[in-house]
Amino acid sequence: MVKELELSTNEKELIISGLKEGIRLDGRGIDDFRSLKITLGPEYGRSEVKLGDTKVLAKVSCEVARPYPDRPNEGILTLNTELSPMAFAGLEPGRPSEEEVLVSRILEKAIKINRAVDVEGLCIVANELAWSIHVDVHFLDNDGNIIDAACIAAISALSHFRRPDVTVIGEDVTIHPVDQRNPVPLSIHHTPICVTFAFFENGDLWVVDPSLKEEQIRRGDMIIAINNHKEICVLSKAGGLPLEMHTIIQCSKLAASKVDWVREKIQDAIANAAEVEKRCYLILLLFLFILYEF
Amino acid sequence: MKHSKPTERTKVKVVLPGDTVSLDVTTPGIILGPGLIQAGDSISCTKAGFLVRSGPTYWVENDQKRYIPETSEHVVGRISGKGGEFYRVDIGSAHQAILPFLAFENATKKNRPNLNIGDLIYARVALANKDMDPELQCYNPTNNKAEGFGKLEGGMVLKCSLRYCQRLLTQETDICKLLGQVLQFEVSIGMNGRVWLSSDTIKHISLVYNVLKQAEALNNSECKALVNNLVV
Repeated sequence: MVKELELSTNEKELIISGLKEGIRLDGRGIDDFRSLKITLGPEYGRSEVKLGDTKVLAKVSCEVARPYPDRPNEGILTLNTELSPMAFAGLEPGRPSEEEVLVSRILEKAIKINRAVDVEGLCIVANELAWSIHVDVHFLDNDGNIIDAACIAAISALSHFRRPDVTVIGEDVTIHPVDQRNPVPLSIHHTPICVTFAFFENGDLWVVDPSLKEEQIRRGDMIIAINNHKEICVLSKAGGLPLEMHTIIQCSKLAASKVDWVREKIQDAIANAAEVEKRCYLILLLFLFILYEF
Repeated sequence: MKHSKPTERTKVKVVLPGDTVSLDVTTPGIILGPGLIQAGDSISCTKAGFLVRSGPTYWVENDQKRYIPETSEHVVGRISGKGGEFYRVDIGSAHQAILPFLAFENATKKNRPNLNIGDLIYARVALANKDMDPELQCYNPTNNKAEGFGKLEGGMVLKCSLRYCQRLLTQETDICKLLGQVLQFEVSIGMNGRVWLSSDTIKHISLVYNVLKQAEALNNSECKALVNNLVV
């Protein structure tokens, strides 16, 4: 932790006293998320998420590659979540910090290992050709809870992404360029969304979606990822203070309702992006029509 | 601390580092402030921002948050360590500052100040030199009295740009006056981009914190609207 970002005793005491009264510094309730804004596009697979002041950008790209020899019928999904000094002061680039390892493990567990994306559908010719999907997550600004923001960004980017269409006739493989045939969306089985809880004092005080200051004084945290089938995909409690069983159950129930709220926001963003695309297409048609008329 | 309102200041133009500014160098009495440097006969800018003029003084104003210590400025610092006979204080500058144990009112070798790591203090920069660690003191050197320097109890710290701290201190922005009509609070403004604030209840402290944070980007009429919409 860089010296500049360490909190003074005054700040620590104020935040804890506030939490005891149910007051958070930015005026939220203890189970409120910050304002969430998701922007998709203009390219397919580009998602920018603003969770309060935490800003994350996810970009999905694809290329054709050889499938792994031990999984000849599957495509490849790679998640890249490198932290950079842009959002994390005092970070030494090149050496993965503890936080970086945690972020990448949670996202991999939620999205890759839980098979959120149908990788079998990415195979073109078994053993020979398959789609390799890369999700690059960039952290632009850190005001706490980068894991939830990164998960929302990755999931919304994957839902928005389109890959080129492919036709396989016998041995012939044709990959249609995007200007000749409409690109095809990925097949998503389920959408896991993470909710982070931070715990203070002896576990009696907790908050949802901690800000950076709250993260710095927390004594423990728990991350629960729930998908649209109300299944818990990931429950991560790496160290920190011990929790009572009823706290964990209470938090999972709360997480389920928060995930519904986040999912609605993602659907709205996808609908908005589709609307914008349709409008652009109509304007283009109108323009061409006017051009040909004159 | 009393501060007089600044005399009429006008923004001349937007400048970038490296720009040459055409001021009449031959006229005696032109003062170059921060961000301007004289190289031979020409004057060039070292910062990006607005070139501002007030009387014979020219300087460059911007939204920088990085603090470079200057002697006699007042700063809010956090004790980050204890050395031999001094405290190490983080004031946001490139190097941690030194606050000697004796730099307090009525301090003697037997009578040490009672500060711990993590405490907040309001101090005056006694020595600032680009080649040395800055030094602080918690008393007014002219009369050896504490005069508000020393430990700050409770409250919250807001980190903002250096320019906003100047505006708060010289009351160029009305936000403190407007907010003071709605609730009671106290502030200690540091020139290092840190403002300590406190009030009677936690709810009020968080209110003052959020208002001051938002008011950085607002002009006086918008500040008035912000305060009017407050639910205390």
